[in-house]
Amino acid sequence: MNADSQPTTWSTAAKEIVSGGAFRAFLSVILGFIVGALFMVFSNEAFLNALSYLTARPTDALGAGWTAISDGYLALFRGSIYNYQADNFVAAMRPITETLRFAGPLIAAGLGVALGFRVGLFNIGASGQILFGALAATWVSTRMTLPWGVHLVVAAAVAIAAAAAFGALVGFLKARTGAHEVIVTIMLNYVAAGLLTFFFRQDYLLREADGGGTPKSDAPAETAQLPTLFGDSFTLHAGFLLALVGVVIYWWLMERSTIGYRFRMVGHNIDAARTAGVNVSRTFVYAMAASGAFVGIAAVNQALGARAGLTPDLDGSIGFDAITVALLGSSTGPGVLLAGLLFGAFKAGAPAMQVIGLSPEVTGVVQGFIVLFIAAPPLVRAIFRLPPPQKSTVIADWWVGLRKKKVAK
Amino acid sequence: MKLELRGITKRFGSLVANDHIDLVVEPGEIHSLLGENGAGKSTLMNVLYGLYSADEGDILLDSVVQKFKGPGDAMAAGIGMVHQHFMLIPVFTVAENVVLGNEPTGALGILDLDSARKRVREISDRFGFDIDPDAIVEDLPVGSQQRVEIIKALARDAKVLVLDEPTAVLTPQETDELMGIMRGLATAGTSIVFITHKLREVQAVADRITVIRLGAVVGDAKPTDSAEKLATMMVGRAVDLGVNKKKAVLGSTGLSVKGLTVIGDGSLKVVDDVTFDVRGGEVLAIAGVQGNGQTELAEALVGLREPSAGKILLGDLDITDSSVREIIDAGVGYIPEDRKKDGLVGDFTIAENLMLNKSFGPPWAKGVQIDFANRDRLADELIAEFDVRTPGRETMAKQLSGGNQQKVVVARELGRDLNLFIASQPTRGVDVGSIEFIHERIIATRDAGKPVVIISTELDEVTGLADRIAVMYRGRIVGIVDASTSRETLGRMMAGATV
Repeated sequence: MNADSQPTTWSTAAKEIVSGGAFRAFLSVILGFIVGALFMVFSNEAFLNALSYLTARPTDALGAGWTAISDGYLALFRGSIYNYQADNFVAAMRPITETLRFAGPLIAAGLGVALGFRVGLFNIGASGQILFGALAATWVSTRMTLPWGVHLVVAAAVAIAAAAAFGALVGFLKARTGAHEVIVTIMLNYVAAGLLTFFFRQDYLLREADGGGTPKSDAPAETAQLPTLFGDSFTLHAGFLLALVGVVIYWWLMERSTIGYRFRMVGHNIDAARTAGVNVSRTFVYAMAASGAFVGIAAVNQALGARAGLTPDLDGSIGFDAITVALLGSSTGPGVLLAGLLFGAFKAGAPAMQVIGLSPEVTGVVQGFIVLFIAAPPLVRAIFRLPPPQKSTVIADWWVGLRKKKVAK
Repeated sequence: MKLELRGITKRFGSLVANDHIDLVVEPGEIHSLLGENGAGKSTLMNVLYGLYSADEGDILLDSVVQKFKGPGDAMAAGIGMVHQHFMLIPVFTVAENVVLGNEPTGALGILDLDSARKRVREISDRFGFDIDPDAIVEDLPVGSQQRVEIIKALARDAKVLVLDEPTAVLTPQETDELMGIMRGLATAGTSIVFITHKLREVQAVADRITVIRLGAVVGDAKPTDSAEKLATMMVGRAVDLGVNKKKAVLGSTGLSVKGLTVIGDGSLKVVDDVTFDVRGGEVLAIAGVQGNGQTELAEALVGLREPSAGKILLGDLDITDSSVREIIDAGVGYIPEDRKKDGLVGDFTIAENLMLNKSFGPPWAKGVQIDFANRDRLADELIAEFDVRTPGRETMAKQLSGGNQQKVVVARELGRDLNLFIASQPTRGVDVGSIEFIHERIIATRDAGKPVVIISTELDEVTGLADRIAVMYRGRIVGIVDASTSRETLGRMMAGATV
């Protein structure tokens, strides 16, 4: 490579970053926060009052608007990262550990959904897979007596296996009958939710020992609980570490292994995969099983991270948040990790916003808009005046090089 | 209408796609724009059609400088374009498609389909298109769909008609019919710009030829110039158009197909009681008009379709009911006819595409992990050996030209030990330089003693490569003849006549 082609390469690299997924995801997050800021400003009483005499004293409105935004996001920061107003160290550090605790299941379930995306499957069934995995885990953690250590490992393994089986069922139905996975997963969400409630309601199944009519299980046996990471002052438990392990396994599976290579092949071009000797039906089953297994890690978090009895809403909104995590993380391991941490921070920080009188739904709005911007790349490019994706950059550069050589001759 | 392009220059960043191109098309002239894939023909036509604005230069119609802001302006000025990929709504009728975007309306803005039908019938009758205005477009054969595109342009009073690689999707018969239509239009005064890289067609139909290479005009040529001269201008070096091959040295029977029958997507027999043998060191070409069962035959041979009767023997091995993977492992190499759909993953790198059907074991994989060191080394070797023009193995397949994409497929299939090689339309949509290379490799495979089956609708390719030719018609083999059989006889066989 000669000296004068250096700038071209650099500008090409810059273009690829600018038109690439990671940078756009970053801009989408920024845009989401801006929309959230507008939301806070226009729901702020002081600002709206100042608006009525805007022409007389515009600085009032500006000041009120700025206060609303900074108060809101500082509260979010205090609630999710570091509470600088706290009296002691434990209270100051608690927000970040809460963020990690919330992020664990989001990351794990996000990986599951992301894996589906890479294979061309839309797994809306994370919610059902979590519930089914949690049902199995709760059976082991409350109805079986096993030694310390063994109990936790068995419960976790059973949860992951159950979620994987529930996912594999989707793949099997799709491969065998051609049923669309979106319909199947949505319906299986109802099945899992109903099944779990049924189990939690019957005293001969999983209902808590001296419970009443509401469906609720016992707390997991102490031998089956995920241990806390920083003592009893923090609720952060080992489930987050499991999610991190999941990220590494996901990366290896999708980027390094031959199975993941075939997953991606089927995702990109099913005809070419078939022609290359890949059994596409079987790949769907494997992929949905793997997807369910990652979601199963979220089930482990929810079922074995708890210190009290579980209720049928134990999945929260994780199943659907996982879809947004996978989208924002563009279905890569590191991307899902970062997206999961961000959305975990939203979950942890929302109550702190409520404390200062802000609607905690602001984070939901921000989250929704971020994914909206992700889903609409041309919109983000238009707002930031980014160049369109360089489809033929590489070949163009090669061609230019060829022509230069000709001229040199 | 006289079309004139003066010094058109179009740059994309540092790339000069069109470099001061001059072109004059006289009224009623068929002017051929000849160049390889990626030479800048399509860019030039997109400038003419208002899709791109030129950085320098002028477009003149009847000596008046035009400023096109978009295709609407170009259409209004009398330029019509038929794209390589049709811009038709499949579920609409011909008449509906023709008026789309320019609908005649009656009172209260109600669509006046009657006048649309009339217009279609008028144009169709005038040029002998034989198109029913009420036919649904998706029911029409490809050749007729193309005529609908031409009618669409003519219905808007196009005086200059641009045809972008119009024969790429056509059978030989349809190509001949299209050429007849082009002559008719030219006689009626329409100026035609005919973009192509096929020499035979240029020689058959063009009045004048402009050759472009690497974005610049190389020169003008006459249709009476020899194919060798045209090819040399186009590629920039001397090209050997014929296929050189030694006499076949026949080995033992490598592939034996007995009474093979395949039921199609309907309940029709798309392959009907087909029997043939191919010996090691010989090329059997399967000729025929597109859609006579050749595609399904190839797919049955490689396990993608299940035969309803018959046997396929690879040497002594019965592969009739084997899976695709088992057949690949048995040493069958296969080039599918549609490389973008079946042969490549566009969003995979070249290296990833080169291991597409080899991910199950060494040397490309180690256990369940891709052997990256080996993969990269093997990919680089194959890229060099098969002359894939690319910046490197990490380039996405979709960024390569058609010819280079096909070389990736060829490299993958020939880059391993084979017992049988099957190639379906091996050079479709491939530039002259690459065709030459791919043909050489196919003959080299034959000379290495492998049985080779070529399926092609291009008669030149069939007669050039084959040692024997089997002609298919409506799912049956009409006859198997020697490669020296005349084009006329082969043509008759392709229409169903037995010898």
